[in-house]
Amino acid sequence: MAKKPIGPVRRAFSPWDDPAAKPFIEFRNVTKRFGDFTAVDNLSLKIYEREFFALLGGSGCGKTTMMRMLAGFETPTEGQIFLDGQDLAGVPPYKRPTNMMFQSYALFPHMSVEANIAFGLKQDGMAKTQIAERVAEMLRLTKLEPFAKRKPHQLSGGQRQRVALARSLAKRPKVLLLDEPLGALDRKLREETQFELMTLQEELKMTFLIVTHDQEEAMTVADRIAVMDAGKIIQMAPPAEIYETPNSKFVADFIGDVNLIEAKVEEKSAHGTFLQAVTGDFRIDTIQETTAAVGDTVWYAMRPEKIRIAHGEAPGTNAVNRVGAEVWDIAYLGDISIFHSRVGEKDTLRATVANITRLVERPIAWDDMVVLSWERDAGVILTA
Amino acid sequence: MRSGPSWFNVTSLVLGFSFLYLPILLLVVFSFNESRLVTVWGGFSTKWYVELMKNQQLIDAAIITLKVAFLSASIATVLGTMAALVLVRSGRFWGRSLFSGMIFAPLVMPEVILGLSLLLLFVAMDQSRGFWTIILAHTTFTMCYVAVVVQSRLVGFDKSIEEAAEDLGCPPARTFFLITLPIILPGVIAGWMLAFTLSLDDLVIASFTTGPGATTLPMKIYSQVRLGVTPEINAVCTILVVLVTMGVIAASILTKRQQVQRERDERAAFGAAG
Repeated sequence: MAKKPIGPVRRAFSPWDDPAAKPFIEFRNVTKRFGDFTAVDNLSLKIYEREFFALLGGSGCGKTTMMRMLAGFETPTEGQIFLDGQDLAGVPPYKRPTNMMFQSYALFPHMSVEANIAFGLKQDGMAKTQIAERVAEMLRLTKLEPFAKRKPHQLSGGQRQRVALARSLAKRPKVLLLDEPLGALDRKLREETQFELMTLQEELKMTFLIVTHDQEEAMTVADRIAVMDAGKIIQMAPPAEIYETPNSKFVADFIGDVNLIEAKVEEKSAHGTFLQAVTGDFRIDTIQETTAAVGDTVWYAMRPEKIRIAHGEAPGTNAVNRVGAEVWDIAYLGDISIFHSRVGEKDTLRATVANITRLVERPIAWDDMVVLSWERDAGVILTA
Repeated sequence: MRSGPSWFNVTSLVLGFSFLYLPILLLVVFSFNESRLVTVWGGFSTKWYVELMKNQQLIDAAIITLKVAFLSASIATVLGTMAALVLVRSGRFWGRSLFSGMIFAPLVMPEVILGLSLLLLFVAMDQSRGFWTIILAHTTFTMCYVAVVVQSRLVGFDKSIEEAAEDLGCPPARTFFLITLPIILPGVIAGWMLAFTLSLDDLVIASFTTGPGATTLPMKIYSQVRLGVTPEINAVCTILVVLVTMGVIAASILTKRQQVQRERDERAAFGAAG
């Protein structure tokens, strides 16, 4: 399958920064309890028109419950949900202008691909010729034309997933809900489909809400991500912000790889903060100011690719933060290499290096003594 | 290790199958007996089958039996499917275990007790007994078999398929007829066939709940046998055996063929993708 070119360059799009913007979907103090278990805990959330929004979290964090409440399969215990200004309370699923792509795809096994796609349109009482047109369009959009007459069990996993997508898009819903849509696909197909989803969203100008546990998927497709845990949103921001400035240990740890260094605040100044690793082995100079007082214990979160690793002094760097270490584990992944280096007795730092040259004269090997260095703005100080 | 079955396996097989099929085989063989004496072989003949066609009483009984079986199986299928849906779908409600236990009780309840209690009910209701009371009684005792069969089909049912239909704008009742029913249809049909067969050969409950003018075939056969087994009865039974066998074989061939076709399709689909 040829890779579809990535669609138009994404324009600057940030209605969430505009206080005058009207939210398209709004959860207002929504709580959902199942017996004693609180799945969603007094949660408020605004999603804007044409946004690609991701709810990200581990299993049981309440993300799927949020989506099911929006689709109408669950009723909030407390709070309200608005869609395009309308309170959705009491509106049954079959009258909501949302369509959902199910995790299991939930294709109708006794109907052909065509009939599956046409099902929703028939429920609306659309004219036959119009249905045929729309189905043909959806088949073309999802490259399913050769399979129109097949039954779901005659399709591969990737093709089934396309049928599910085509079916949920056919009615041109105001909001498309995607529940772990790519979970069952292999890595290559998943990446391809992620880009296709983004292109589709640009073309169809719809609001997409995706629920996923896969942080890479959320980062790839979404304009904004809400990281959820135990029924609450921990952080909500665009992908780059979530990655570079996580607001808590949980988010830093959940998104990507991270070095979490336990440290004490040693000195605060107008230019930043000095930290001392609790093991006492090294100091960290940062540009960040912190609310923590001198002597408090905090966490310093730093992404592995922000650390440089070199024999002796790192070339061409005037980084302030510099620490000697011993390499004790190397993982070569082709595009990058991951170095685990021991600093002092207890701390282990992870550094990833892009393999930008094919042949290295003097590669870093196990048990080598190296210098790890990073800039003052390499990481963030976390107090939670 | 020797290949092929051991003497122990062969013996078990022979013993088991003789135990199951020797009586039936004997009945089939003697239905072609020339002699009127049931236990004495007098040469091959089909005259008892010809005789049978002239026996209006037996033919009437057969027609009543078929009508009863068809109607009671149909009603039982509707009720049993509804019961199965409630048991599988409604989740936990108060008294669920009691309800599910109660619906399956007739599976193990002695037929005599079921028959007697139904008779008492009809008497208490001052209901004159006959064709319809047999249908009611058969519906009662076959319904739980339908519920069991349909339930097994529903357990593997992905509920999100129904949710998908509702999500696409289909109200719940229409979803049942457009989506759920077609998918569980094989189970429903199997349940109907089971109920039909059970009703077809029931003697005990029918005897309790019958009235004048509603004699089913098993009852007729039983009353005739009490006066002595005739080769004519053997012929009726042989026809029944052949019909039931053909039905079972047809059903299993159908299922098997569907399964094979499905597997082939899936292999083709994944082969093409991989």
